[in-house]
Formats: sequence, C-alpha cells, structure tokens
Amino acid sequence: MSRSIVVGISDLAVARNPDILVTYALGSCVGICLFCEQTNIGGLAHIMLPRSSQFSEKTPNRMKYADTAIPDLVKKMQVHGANPNRLTAKIAGGAKMFETQGDGPLSSIGDRNVDSVKSILSLLRIPVLVEDTRKNYGRTIYFHLDHGRMEVRSLQNERKTL
Amino acid sequence: MIKNYEELDDRHIDVLREIGNIGAGNAASSLATMLDERIDIGLPIVQISDFNDAIHAMGGAETMTAGVLINYSGEANGMIMFLIEIGEAKKLVSHMLKDFDNIDEMTDLKLSAIKEMGNILGSSYLGSIATLTGLDIHLSIPYVSIDMAGALMSVPIIEFGAVGDKVMFIEESFMVEETHFKSNVVMFAEIDTLALIMERLGLNQ
Repeated sequence: MSRSIVVGISDLAVARNPDILVTYALGSCVGICLFCEQTNIGGLAHIMLPRSSQFSEKTPNRMKYADTAIPDLVKKMQVHGANPNRLTAKIAGGAKMFETQGDGPLSSIGDRNVDSVKSILSLLRIPVLVEDTRKNYGRTIYFHLDHGRMEVRSLQNERKTL
Repeated sequence: MIKNYEELDDRHIDVLREIGNIGAGNAASSLATMLDERIDIGLPIVQISDFNDAIHAMGGAETMTAGVLINYSGEANGMIMFLIEIGEAKKLVSHMLKDFDNIDEMTDLKLSAIKEMGNILGSSYLGSIATLTGLDIHLSIPYVSIDMAGALMSVPIIEFGAVGDKVMFIEESFMVEETHFKSNVVMFAEIDTLALIMERLGLNQ
C-alpha cells in the first residue's frame, strides 16, 4: 500500500518507495525533493525563506529556511539509511504571485529562495537534476519514490513529470 | 508590549474582532453604493489562526481563488488580502457589471472589477483602523492574481513569516439581492503596528 505523506509550509519529511511525498500550493516558497537511488529513500522540504540568519526569531523554526532545512533533511535521510554522498535534487516553486511594481526586498523573494536553495545544494555537492521554478503561478508537487519522479501540477498548465 | 501573535489574549482578540465588525460595516455601505443595490452583511467571523488552518478554512490549498493584495505603510505597516473562491468571484462580478451572460468567462474587465472589490474591502478595514486609532495609513494600489489559495496566501505569510505562524483571518458573508456570497480577508500587521494599535485603543499593559 502506498501512502501519501503531506508536507506543510515550513515542514519536511522523509519516506521510502512506494510512499509518495506531497506538498501543496507552493507560491514563492520552494519545494526541494532529494532522492537516494540506492535505497529509494526520498525527502521533501517546503521552505519559505532563504536564510535563517536574516531573522531574529527567539526559537527559529529550522524547517522554514533553506539554509537550515536542507542540511536537516539530508541528516534525516541518512538516519533512515540513505547515502548522503549519492543524493540528487529536483526543485520547484519560487514564483512571483503578484505583479507588484515596487522593488522592495520581498518583491523578488521567490527568486531569492531559488538562488539560496541552489547555492546550499551546491555547497552540499548535491546536483540539481531538474527545476521548475520562478514564473508566476502556484505549483503542487507529488514526489514518487520509485525513480524519484517529481510530478508538478498547476491550475493553468498541463501536469508534468520531471 | 506584544511581541508576537501568540501573545494576543482575549481582550486583544475582542479589539481585533471589533475592528473587523466596523470594517465590514463600512465595506457593506461602500459596496452598496457602488452596486446601487441593497447589501445585507452578516456578522464577520474574526479569528486568529495558524497559516495552515486559515488556508484550510478557504477550502484547501489548491482551491482556485482570486486574491487582491494591498500593502499599507506609514504609521502602520502590513498587508491586507481579499480572497474569494473563483466561482463566487465570477457570480459577484456579474452583479457588479450587471452582465449575467457568460458568467464563467473571465475577462480583463471582470478582473479589474474583482480588483476594485478587493480594494473597497481592504480600504474599509484599514479605514476603520485609521479612524479608531488616529494612525496615518497609506495604501498601495491593489494587485490581483488568480491561482491556488495556498500559493496566494504564501505571499503575505512569507513577508510576515518571521513574526510568527498566525494570521488575523476574517470570514465575511453578504447577500446581494437574493444571492449569498462568502469571502475572506486576511490581515497581516508588523508586530510593532499591532502593538501600536492596541496601545492607541487603550490596551497597553
């Protein structure tokens, strides 16, 4: 029996084939799908912001930020038996949902989330195989752990498997 | 001094609810003027809820929704967002435009009507805050987008994500002629703004 495990906003989860990891309605947030082909173990994180250091929360939620959520996800996958040196990544999200005219620090938050996710993955030497990012619409991810297929759905576009 | 949304107690929430009630009343009369129709408005339900609960209350993360976003700044800073399920939005704009043919078709004119609707509701709420508190509040132009409810909500959630995981969520119902409509307004304020509103309304501890 395959179960769907839902990952909320500022959340992450690890699962093994035949289970499916799902995260709904990514706007400017980014969904990061990590996959270990040796073990068919996958992890999905739904981050909101690029870096934890920019904010002074009393007890920061590590799953909210790309720079803390991704290393945590890798560790959690390792605990479940994945090989941290053999991970690959697929990412989606980072859209600009409103055509705001200002150029305030958050007008490009989707872009900055995508940039941050990619630089952290690169530091961890995890190759990004595909991405479906930026543009101006919301996306839902279904991450299938048979071959690490990332299925992306949106309201306006055909669904696609990457 | 309030430091995050979790610290709001019953008295604070009562104040926010009252602001919501006054705002909804103002919104109803502005809408009635614009539509030139009688509008009955139900008592709004004001809640302070988690992001995920607020999205759930709007019918789920993937529900196709029209969202109108307004930034406000000045002595008070934050964002206000009007959200209405797309089917409801289409019905409502056919009343606004008195065009009951091709209700399902979305045109640029209808999109600007939705934007104007959000603008009226958003300014009514912010206007009631400005009047009650005497704060000087400037509004941006409204921005409109049609997409998944969760993806639209993520915009203010990200902006205020560092403050906490709660939002002020207002559910309003109104009746134009014989038709019922339901929409939501989500209000985000910087924590200093929230504290200032409470202070101006005599709730400073």
